[in-house]
Amino acid sequence: MFGFFARAAVGAWAVSVLRPVKAVAQKVAQSPVARSAREAIQKAFVTAQTPTGYDVHAHHWAMAIDVERCIGCGLCAEACKGENHVLKEPFYFRTWIERYIIRKPDPRSFELRGETLVDSPNGGIGGFPPSPVRKENILRTFFVPKLCNQCEHSPCIQACPVGATFDSPDGAVLIDKEYCIGCGFCVQACPYGCRFLNPVTKTAEKCTLCYHRITHGLRPACVEVCPTGARIFGDLKDGNEKNPVRVFIENNKVQVLKPHLGTEPRVYYAGLDKEVR
Amino acid sequence: MPPELRESLLEALQHVQGYIYPNDVSLGWSVVIVVYPYITGLVAGAFILASLVRVFHVKALEPTYRLSLLTALAFLIVAPLPLLVHLGHPERCYEVMMTPHATSPMAIFGFVYAWYLMAVLLLELWFDYRRSFVEWAKASAGFKRLLYRVLTLGVEDVSPAAIQLDEKLGRFITVIGIPSAFLLHGYVGFIFGSVKANPWWGTVLMPIIFIFSAMVSGIALLMFLYLVISRLRRVPVDMGCLRAIGTFLLSALVLDAAVETLDWIHRLYEAEESLEVLVLLASGKLFFSFFLVQVLLGTIAPLAMLGATQVFKERISLRLQKSLYLVSSLLILIGVFAMRWNVVIGGQLFSKSLRGFTTYKIALVGQEGLLMAVVLMILPFLLLIGLVKFFDPWNTRETPPATT
Repeated sequence: MFGFFARAAVGAWAVSVLRPVKAVAQKVAQSPVARSAREAIQKAFVTAQTPTGYDVHAHHWAMAIDVERCIGCGLCAEACKGENHVLKEPFYFRTWIERYIIRKPDPRSFELRGETLVDSPNGGIGGFPPSPVRKENILRTFFVPKLCNQCEHSPCIQACPVGATFDSPDGAVLIDKEYCIGCGFCVQACPYGCRFLNPVTKTAEKCTLCYHRITHGLRPACVEVCPTGARIFGDLKDGNEKNPVRVFIENNKVQVLKPHLGTEPRVYYAGLDKEVR
Repeated sequence: MPPELRESLLEALQHVQGYIYPNDVSLGWSVVIVVYPYITGLVAGAFILASLVRVFHVKALEPTYRLSLLTALAFLIVAPLPLLVHLGHPERCYEVMMTPHATSPMAIFGFVYAWYLMAVLLLELWFDYRRSFVEWAKASAGFKRLLYRVLTLGVEDVSPAAIQLDEKLGRFITVIGIPSAFLLHGYVGFIFGSVKANPWWGTVLMPIIFIFSAMVSGIALLMFLYLVISRLRRVPVDMGCLRAIGTFLLSALVLDAAVETLDWIHRLYEAEESLEVLVLLASGKLFFSFFLVQVLLGTIAPLAMLGATQVFKERISLRLQKSLYLVSSLLILIGVFAMRWNVVIGGQLFSKSLRGFTTYKIALVGQEGLLMAVVLMILPFLLLIGLVKFFDPWNTRETPPATT
């Protein structure tokens, strides 16, 4: 009996001591001093190539996708390749579009939906070929644009052995290609298939939200060319109540991709189907 | 981009099954990265066998003690080369040591490696060989005399007290060395096991599986080497030693098979979202390398053979026993290589869309080609020949090893 109370007392003491210690540690880690120390370290090693006068703390970029609006024209993926000098070969994409075709179920079965077909020929550049499933057999079909999710807890940042990929304070996950050693661990670590090793530069590459454009006050190329407004982009710190991303998030139920992995993506989707991974 | 890479990827694109994320066509990690955990595992396994003599006083294994350490050293020297060869920018490799990113499992490799090489293996070898160095230096001339003298690091005291101290410190280092060997290879397992994006890799059992398979492969390598080297040296094989290795090999193999089976039971029972694609992977793309090579040839066959040597040891001839040991050690070495292949290559054959597969066509030449992998696999054996010549593991007498 005594042993039980002794253990309970020790346990309570440990909790009472450790909890404030943890709280203090968290506070210290998030304090402005610690943050600026981290940034100083980051600055010493990595370059984001931001223009002079651009304040990384004055912005917080965000992207949202309205799945219902995407028509699969592929202009976004094409514009991205042009804007970012992405290799033209059909296995390197910073952004691409997936087409989902869900068949009607077999009328003799009790299924609600039939088989799901997914494709993305050349990332959707040039549009999609006619559906392989006849119209009367299709239950639902839609397009899903994909890009780097700029995760809050990026597995790619966690995995990089040198810290060449990093989280910029303005909400973009960036890669310093002068620093990247080309080990490919980040490519393996990304659950969304958004990264690739560029065989020419031999470094990792992915969507940066067109960082060279947004830091100059422009919108990302894909957003700029989208004819239907399926890609919504904005700065959450611009003070404008009619900020497009803010308005979109207020008016829609949004989801993120693969939420069970705890990566906290910062690209939000409205109108996602359960088949989308 | 390089035209041959372009061609091979265009071909792979033709053979894609189902839907894969477009960036998943090419495999980031090739056969060279298969060699990396294979070699590291051999190091850890060989060291564990040596430590059985030093720490657990398994006297029967003494004939392979020094050979185990030299094997571990030869393979450890080569271990980082596959990584280096594979890097897009090998000239920036020092960054991993100079500016390591604390949250990356890969960043720690340099430190684990350095610790294992400097603090464990070289020190243990030195304490074990110091007396021999002193005696060999006295008995030889010219370059070899200089070499052995330099290797004594100026400590030439061979009084019983000094030798006893060597023995004590060597044993202390082995005691540190065992967890270090587990750390070295368990850590390699963690590199794969920590990738939550990949359901084939991301399991908590991965480091454990890597540790056990490392022990299996390292012990099998020593058994193979001991048999082959005895034949080359024209000396009789110490059957007591061989049987002892066989017993440890069988135990390690049973443990390894049990843990890997547990992993599969877990996957099948939990039946997560990814199960469907993983079952398709194992029964389709990996059928040959998984079911036939890793499970049947690399596990079940050697289990039966090693088991037979235990059960029928009175009834089968020594010659047959030796053959069984030789064949099972070879099969295990092939099986563990297949296991590394299934992990590294298999884990990239399915897309993270969990809806389709790409193909891997191994290149013959080039930075990550088959030839490079073969060279990386031969290199440690060449190193071992050199090490055995200069530091004869069986010569503890005063005559220096004959290297001519």
